[in-house]
Amino acid sequence: MNEPEYRKVYVDVTVLMRKDGTLLPKSFRWEDGEKYPIDRVLHITPAASLKVGGRGTRYTVKINGMERYMFREEDRWFVEAPIIR
Amino acid sequence: MERTILHCDMNNFYASVECFLNPKLKPYPVAVCGSAEERHGIVLAKNYKAKAFGVSTGEAIWQAKQKCKDLVVVPPHYEEYMKFSKAAREIYEDYTDQVEAFGMDECWLDVTGSTMVMGSGEKIANEIRERIKFELGLTISAGVSFNKVFSKLGSDMKKPDAVTCIPKEHFKEMIWKLPASEMLGVGRATEKKLSSFGIRTIGDIANWPVDFFTRKLGKCGTDLWRFANGLDQSKVACVDAEVPVKSVGHGITTLQDLEDSAEVWKVMLALCQEIGHKLYTYNKKATGIAIDIRDNTLYTKQWQRGIPVSTQSPSLIAREAFDLFQARYEWKNPIRSLTVRAINLVSTDFADQLNIFCDAEQMDRQERLDHVIEDIRRRFGKSIICNACLLNNPKMPPDCETKVIMPTGVPT
Repeated sequence: MNEPEYRKVYVDVTVLMRKDGTLLPKSFRWEDGEKYPIDRVLHITPAASLKVGGRGTRYTVKINGMERYMFREEDRWFVEAPIIR
Repeated sequence: MERTILHCDMNNFYASVECFLNPKLKPYPVAVCGSAEERHGIVLAKNYKAKAFGVSTGEAIWQAKQKCKDLVVVPPHYEEYMKFSKAAREIYEDYTDQVEAFGMDECWLDVTGSTMVMGSGEKIANEIRERIKFELGLTISAGVSFNKVFSKLGSDMKKPDAVTCIPKEHFKEMIWKLPASEMLGVGRATEKKLSSFGIRTIGDIANWPVDFFTRKLGKCGTDLWRFANGLDQSKVACVDAEVPVKSVGHGITTLQDLEDSAEVWKVMLALCQEIGHKLYTYNKKATGIAIDIRDNTLYTKQWQRGIPVSTQSPSLIAREAFDLFQARYEWKNPIRSLTVRAINLVSTDFADQLNIFCDAEQMDRQERLDHVIEDIRRRFGKSIICNACLLNNPKMPPDCETKVIMPTGVPT
């Protein structure tokens, strides 16, 4: 089976800036305008996204019970979106 | 105490960054090439798939396409390369404060002081390699040894994504059989010279008497002998070490060949604007000038000479460079590219010995004028003011600003 293809989608994110300076994403708005709340942030690490080509701080988050990655690339946020054919 | 030096080399740097940023390129042979319209149409870097077709750095795009007709040619994005280079450096700096860059994609690290806490050189190198892969999405090859020259050799031995250790006990078996040209400091000209004496491997260099090299190649020859015998003691510079500025130069390949002296003058004057600006920023004055001329047969010649009074004035430097050019160049062929360099720099705080024949008042006026121009440019941008003859020169590339800092040289 072929590896699924992904695209890089920049999204609007609502973040909480904590008093120690760390950022926590709370929700993001998808391309169609729908807003998705982030249930939990599980892990934060510097990382690269080999799927879509980008790097920065990677947030492993739980959305609707599913684990996903969100990346903060300099001052923008992106997610890896599978291309559905 | 034996040192532990790492040399980290990012594999196919420009091409790897391009493939990382655009993963769709990954399945294809890719070459990063300069602009053919601006006559920089050569291969700057290629990925392994392109390498398999025999595409090599430095060849023209058309030559590369003859070897590999499906070659994907992409333009360079220097700002991105700078970002990756900086990010890699930040990772290196987690392990030591002695990090010395050698170009954009290579660095030496002296981790001697960190081995007690972080483990052996090999362990640190592997950790760095994994981190660069995970955090930047790029691969590096690293060499671990007890001096800079051997660690660089090590990083070239296994590629990509690998670590090679050259311990003091085994360096003879590992290195001496390699061709002399693999060693830092042996360029094409030196290699030719050495091979004319029958010296072909690094072992040959090590086993010939040192006097021979001193006699034939001067100080550089002694250094080569020392390098080959593992006696290189050069230090890895500290992160915040400032490299003294030794010369300031600027060069371009013009859009069309230059046919006469008037055209050369315009290009030199344009180049000297940037040189003057840099000298002003560095607080330096030039006491010498050098020019490099490459004609359209790619034959290159360089001349240099002193200037009577030290200066940082763009117009004075341009005039000196042009005088030198007029005196030396014989116009056998039209000119393809030229470089002007201000050399033998001295600090502006230095007192100046004036020449008895020069007009000090005139020079003072010129200096004040240059400072005013510099101030206007600082406030309103570089292109706000220029010599009238520099307007609309069809042979100058649109933006001839230098963007890339190249490796500086061999350790001393």
